[in-house]
Amino acid sequence: MNHLKEIDLKQFGIIIDRFKDIKGPLIPILHEAENLYGYIPIEIQNLISQKLKISNAEINGVASFYTMFHTEPTGKYQIGICTGTTCHLNGSSKLLKHLEQSLDIKEGETTSDGQFTIIPVKCIGNCDVGPNITVDGRVHNNMNIKKLDKIIEDLSKR
Amino acid sequence: MEKLIKFKIDGVEYNAKENETVLDVCKKNDIFIPTFCHDDRFASEAACRMCLVETSNSNKLMTSCTLIPTEGVEIQTNSDIVLEARQEVLKLTWASHPNDCVVCEADGNCKLQDYMYYYDIPSEKEYNIEVRDFEIDDSNKFFYIDPSKCILCGKCINVCDQLVGVGALSFNERGKDTYVSFAFNKGMDFSTCVSCGNCVSVCPTGALVEKSHTKFRTKETRKVRTTCPYCGVGCQFNLVLKGDTVVRVDPINTTPNEGLLCIKGKFAYRYINHPNRLKSPLIKKNGVFYEATWEEAYTLIVNKISQAKKTYGSSAFAGLTSAKCTNEENYLFQKFMRIIFGTNNIDHCARLCHASTVTGLATTLGSGAMTNSISEVKNHDVIFVIGSNTTETHPVIGSFMRQAKKSGAKIIVAEPRKIDLAKEADLFVQIKPGTNVALLNGMMNVIYNENLYDKEFIRKRTENFDDFIKVVKQYPPERCAKICGCSVDGIIEAARIYAAGEKAGIYYAMGITQHSNGTNHVKSIANLAMLTGNIGKESSGINPLRGQNNVQGACDVGGLPDVYPGYQKVHLPEVKAKFEKAWGVKLSDEIGHSLLSHITHGAKDHSIKFLYIMGENPIVSDPDITNVKEALNNMNFIVVQDIFLTETAQYADVVLPASSYAEKDGTFTNTERRVQRIRKALDPIGDSKPDWVIIQELMTLLGYPQHFNHPSEIMDEIASLSPIYAGINYDRIDKIGLQWPVHNKNHPGTKYLHKDKFSRGLGLFTPIEYLGAKELPDDEYPLTLTTGRVLYHFHTRTMTGKCTRINELVPNNFIEINQITAKKYKLDDMEEVIIKSRRGETTAEVHITDIIGDNIIFMPFHFADGANMLTNVVLDETCDIPELKVAACEIVKKS
Repeated sequence: MNHLKEIDLKQFGIIIDRFKDIKGPLIPILHEAENLYGYIPIEIQNLISQKLKISNAEINGVASFYTMFHTEPTGKYQIGICTGTTCHLNGSSKLLKHLEQSLDIKEGETTSDGQFTIIPVKCIGNCDVGPNITVDGRVHNNMNIKKLDKIIEDLSKR
Repeated sequence: MEKLIKFKIDGVEYNAKENETVLDVCKKNDIFIPTFCHDDRFASEAACRMCLVETSNSNKLMTSCTLIPTEGVEIQTNSDIVLEARQEVLKLTWASHPNDCVVCEADGNCKLQDYMYYYDIPSEKEYNIEVRDFEIDDSNKFFYIDPSKCILCGKCINVCDQLVGVGALSFNERGKDTYVSFAFNKGMDFSTCVSCGNCVSVCPTGALVEKSHTKFRTKETRKVRTTCPYCGVGCQFNLVLKGDTVVRVDPINTTPNEGLLCIKGKFAYRYINHPNRLKSPLIKKNGVFYEATWEEAYTLIVNKISQAKKTYGSSAFAGLTSAKCTNEENYLFQKFMRIIFGTNNIDHCARLCHASTVTGLATTLGSGAMTNSISEVKNHDVIFVIGSNTTETHPVIGSFMRQAKKSGAKIIVAEPRKIDLAKEADLFVQIKPGTNVALLNGMMNVIYNENLYDKEFIRKRTENFDDFIKVVKQYPPERCAKICGCSVDGIIEAARIYAAGEKAGIYYAMGITQHSNGTNHVKSIANLAMLTGNIGKESSGINPLRGQNNVQGACDVGGLPDVYPGYQKVHLPEVKAKFEKAWGVKLSDEIGHSLLSHITHGAKDHSIKFLYIMGENPIVSDPDITNVKEALNNMNFIVVQDIFLTETAQYADVVLPASSYAEKDGTFTNTERRVQRIRKALDPIGDSKPDWVIIQELMTLLGYPQHFNHPSEIMDEIASLSPIYAGINYDRIDKIGLQWPVHNKNHPGTKYLHKDKFSRGLGLFTPIEYLGAKELPDDEYPLTLTTGRVLYHFHTRTMTGKCTRINELVPNNFIEINQITAKKYKLDDMEEVIIKSRRGETTAEVHITDIIGDNIIFMPFHFADGANMLTNVVLDETCDIPELKVAACEIVKKS
């Protein structure tokens, strides 16, 4: 994921053209934008709207419907605490609460220094070694408060 | 034979046609089914679950809006289980709905409130869930979105996307957090919204509400059905009034607008009750207007007419009738001019818009009007729009074009500007102003050479093909592309797409007509349609879009210098005899002067001394304003009859206060030739009188007594004298109007023209050479000025200019210019500059855009002392239309 990458409409136009003629091109294009920018900037949504001839309101509707898409810039690092049933029983809610307190943000929000975003994560199919968290898409298992603090501390120092 | 399905509803047998739903059958037979999300105009989403019914072949309840009945099935709409289910839906909806009916704007106009009452749901909430709590979005000037009161039926989104074709609204987020908003929930700024308010009209609750200027409760209001006074579409709506004040406009789902309106129809109504309305006659003394009684004003006018008649004779009189007034008023006005003044010097602003259509189509086909109906727009397979900014000037027809595109039609747009429709079109050909003929000849050259023309149609139904094709052969697309400044491929592709259409429709407006050879542009359009046989069929034809509510009607009933009502020529002895007999007077067989040639541009020969103007504003609408002002200053006496003290009324000696369309009965004829009713909704404001009453009283005072008790009696007289209106009377047009020609009282009217045979017999092909505009850019004036309208204003702003919020959207005169040209002149966006032409100068805001070509500027003609200070008055020789669309100009920076 490329944090605060400059928005290049020409470059993204080429990406849209790659998907333009497939059936149901919108979701794959939104994934491309999310991967490239960490969120789906308004300029990009407008560009998709022009190129696919779908209204920008509808594109925004889709982008805001799915939790894997972000419509606001996200942090440099994306931390997700799994709140699936098993992880929840293994105490992930406490981890989430702790993380929210230590970063002083709620789930879905980004720290004011632009470093961390807590993203909502449901079951990732790794229940036997829960609670699980994800850091930029990589899974860390058997999580506890001490290990979580260490991960955050290491990331902050980078 | 269509197969019918027999089934029972509540024990009674009914028939359903194929694909008809249970709800459709119930509606047809007045069986009540509650709905929130359903709308006949788009596919059902079965989102609200209110329309549930019980069926004999399933143990679960089904949504009647999607249920296609099977043979013999029994439906219960009113059983206990159905009632319980509906109550449950209501209880759940109510649980998250704010309980503030007592202060809600939608009180009395809310389906949730009504159904709660009918189904006995207590206001105390049964389910304890969070009440919706969202911020109100009031970024739109005309309405606000209150998502807290939204029940998520989705009607607003569907109307905006599927019917209007704008797609400005969408659901945001999901689950209980779902709300309706503009794109990015950032208000109007990032939105494609055009403020048409159709979302507001369909909202079943108080989630989308007009920002009202008057406090009113629904129970205090009454509704009067009438016809919209703006463009030529002729939308049907209800005026909602509290006392004598119009407080809202509600569209009606009927012909021709199918429940849609544009911003002007929906929101620009406040001029009716505007404090500046003229309330008593005004007489000018030493340059100042004084209020007078009707008697004083009439006495003065009568004396002046008698004097002028004695001194100068009949030819010194001229009258401008009005495309805004009713057919009955226009009829009476031309009768007034021809009988009392003894002159045929009658004209109106149709001279400026479609004079070339009337001459061009009358010569080639036999009648100068839209050949198809508005309801046929959706069924074209190809739509060719040339010289019309349809989504701004005829927004509801523009929406139907977008609906056609959604169902697979191809759209071609040829325009100097990349207008909204061009952005959505399958093909956009950007041409230089005034080069239509080259483009059309180029297209026809391709169609001929690629053998795409309709030989049988040409052989059976047309004449003069050989002469015509000789000229077309000299216009290969390469030559035409150079003239038009477009690509060769653009012309070839346009030709192929159009020729491939089985049901192709051409739509054009001022971009075709307002040229010094406008008649040729129109004839060229006729050539193209006949070459491919795309005329005289349903959803296939030539469609000039008329600009004003009743410009079609004003022409139909004789508001022109050369014809009596029904386009009967004044110079033909048998016609003259017919009208002399009917009216019992001697009439002139001399063709009168047209608007520009002698009346508003008569400064040179001063032949007109007395001018009577009813509801026209030439001081803003006519080209080369400096000359118009001089002409009016040179008149001995001017009477102006209007609803406001317009720029033109300032030049009058007597101003008579007229009533607006909302204060009188009458008829307007829309662009598809449909004669529709307008109905009196309130008493005339102040001492104003309907135009027909004023004209009738003056005629009586001047010795030709007219005693019509009601406009319907005037219509009966029109019908008796004008064959195309012969079958029209008020009883027959009460519901949806009739489209002329209506040959007799049993004739159903004419949906599309030229079926099997053209009005003139054979369609006439005309060889047309490209001539170009008369004034082209040169060293002194290196830019090309073209003019047009914007969505938000109408004509000379007499009405829209009185609506504050509309004015806030487009407050000042402006030019559109592209970046390259702006850079050349070192212009900044929004900078105020001076624009000069050989006729004069004006100031305008600079709007830098990417929709217009190099060295071309666009300016709307709405503003006083604006575009028409610059425009060229050179006239088309056949029809006297001025070249409003092309003039050479220059930009000067203000320093």
